[in-house]
Amino acid sequence: MSEHATSRGFYVALGISLLVLTAVTVGAAFVNLGPFNPVIALLIATIKATLVVLFFMHVKGASEKMTAAVVISGFFFLAILLVLSMADYLTRAWR
Amino acid sequence: MASAAIPANQSPKTNYLTNGYSLKSWLLTTDHKRIAILYLISITLFFFLGGFFAMLIRLELLTPQGDLMHADTYNKVFTMHGIIMVFFFLIPVVPAVLGNFLVPLMIGAKDLAFPRINLLSWYLYIIAGVLFLHCMLVGGVDTGWTFYPPFSTSASNTNVIEAGLAVFIAGFSSIFTGLNFIVTIHRMRAPGLTWNRLPLFIWANYATSVIMILGTPVVAITIILVAAERTLHLGIFDPKLGGDPLLFQHLFWFYSHPAVYIMILPSMGVISELIACFARKRIFGYNFVALSSIALAVFGFLVWAHHMFVSGMSLYAAMVFSFLSFSVGVPSAVKVFNWTATLYRGSISYATPMLYAFGFIGLFTIGGLTGLFLATLGIDVHVTDTYFVVAHFHYVMVGGVLMGFLGGMHFWWPKISGRMYPEAWAKLSALFVFVGFNLTFFPQFILGYVGMPRRYWQYPHEFQVLNVLSTAGASVLAVGYLLPMIYFLWSLRYGPIAEANPWNAAGLEWKAASPPTTFNFDETPVVTWEAYNYDEIDAKPQEVPVGR
Ligand code: HEM
Ligand SMILES: [Cu+2]
Repeated sequence: MSEHATSRGFYVALGISLLVLTAVTVGAAFVNLGPFNPVIALLIATIKATLVVLFFMHVKGASEKMTAAVVISGFFFLAILLVLSMADYLTRAWR
Repeated sequence: MASAAIPANQSPKTNYLTNGYSLKSWLLTTDHKRIAILYLISITLFFFLGGFFAMLIRLELLTPQGDLMHADTYNKVFTMHGIIMVFFFLIPVVPAVLGNFLVPLMIGAKDLAFPRINLLSWYLYIIAGVLFLHCMLVGGVDTGWTFYPPFSTSASNTNVIEAGLAVFIAGFSSIFTGLNFIVTIHRMRAPGLTWNRLPLFIWANYATSVIMILGTPVVAITIILVAAERTLHLGIFDPKLGGDPLLFQHLFWFYSHPAVYIMILPSMGVISELIACFARKRIFGYNFVALSSIALAVFGFLVWAHHMFVSGMSLYAAMVFSFLSFSVGVPSAVKVFNWTATLYRGSISYATPMLYAFGFIGLFTIGGLTGLFLATLGIDVHVTDTYFVVAHFHYVMVGGVLMGFLGGMHFWWPKISGRMYPEAWAKLSALFVFVGFNLTFFPQFILGYVGMPRRYWQYPHEFQVLNVLSTAGASVLAVGYLLPMIYFLWSLRYGPIAEANPWNAAGLEWKAASPPTTFNFDETPVVTWEAYNYDEIDAKPQEVPVGR
């Protein structure tokens, strides 16, 4: 809600940094880090998603409870997807 | 300010249908009721297209040999039947037609919260539809509506990407509808219309919207991944490329099981309205019925892998999912029991909408109970991928969703068109639908149980009798669907003029004129009564609840 957070320059800079992070992801894919390649890629993706949610979707600074409810339910359903899928991947007997 | 006079209302003759006749006044409208009509026309066209493919399937299966078409053609035919019916008919039909028309009316609002987004959602639907028609004309697609890889990503040489893109775009259309409904229901209810007073149709559409918003993005991304694997050979799902085909199934069904609740919940909402009106009673256990919609929306997300029991997934996970699947039976049963309890000592009348409501209850119960058979691990291994599954989901989707839609169309037709439909014809066609439906799909339970697999274009001789019955039933069913279309169109011109509230029903939509004016209400209504206050309405019959 603060003044500079809504200025155009801020969003342009944010947009550019998202593009830079995309480039970093692509670059990192060409470096062989063994099992850490996916870790790095996911880490960068998470940072990007967080930036989008906080600033482009105006979650940072929002005061309404409704916003919190929406964000929490989004993550809750993501958790369902991950946890129950993992219930399969982690317990396959033939592995 | 909300009660400021609206010019369109000054002449009592102008309603939303007569407010402009040009093509532009329709194609650029932001009136939720006109958008509902646009949806009604386009969705009906897709329904008959999907029905055409169904007829081809039933004709091929009339005889054991594959004589009408090649196996490859058959694969395309059932795929296009499935994609059209699921994504272009069942998912949008009740929310986009009845929901669009009724949500603002039922909560005493002038329109949805975002009228332009509403129009955009219809255009997205049309773009998706045209894309799919194009895909069909240039050769179609043969993956089944489920798009399973590695067949869809590496083996099929049909237009998988174009079909996927069409489904992707249609998905955004339903996300927009869901978003619009949620904001509207939160922000635009008339004064006094608290959550506990909302019609159950609103609760049902609210729960549906939540699923649309949370689930649809997942299937959209999954389709993008299929396209990426197909074009760029990224190893995501194909084991040959290092991917995992079960990952697709997890992602697909994470959406597509909840999607079956996108289909059925709005119809359940319709049924609640019908039962209350034609039993002249408040719905028994209103709060439970309302909350069971929310429960279905949430539990629906916990059961998806019951579609994957034989896929090679972990046995332990399968047991968990089997157990969880039984939990969705509970809110479903809550609804069925509460509807039947509402009938108890009600003053029941048998108008056509009520016939459809009865049909819904019976058929949905059979469909739901056979769902529990399938959710039982040991039984599913026997009947998975057989006609038993086909029969199960047609009982819920055709016997449930479609019955609800037709019931709702008859109930609100006077409101939508300002005309009454011919009751005798309507009863006759309801009979055709019910008999035809059971004749078509009940034999399929038996066929599946004795071992006829789904998605094959020929079968052993001993299955023929039941298949002939099924095809015969489908013809009766087709008559049952054509009749309403004909007499609804007929009634537009020749039907008796409908009053504002021909059923003497509760609900704000009946306080608006038939058909409603562009902005629905002259003055924003103030609600001081509970939902389904039929005891009050019937206590003083001369005081029909048309306020003012
Ligand atoms: C009472 C709750 C329900 C339960 C426990 C249930 C359970 C199941 C199970 C276990 C399967 C997988 C069978 C197999 O492939 O081996 C299945 C398939 C299916 N169900 Fe249900 N179901 C329920 C309600 C519904 C409803 C309400 C709908 C739609 C409105 C629906 C639509 C479908 C569809 C479309 C399939 C087949 C998908 C495919 O493979 O093409 N079900 N159901
Ligand atoms: Cu399911």
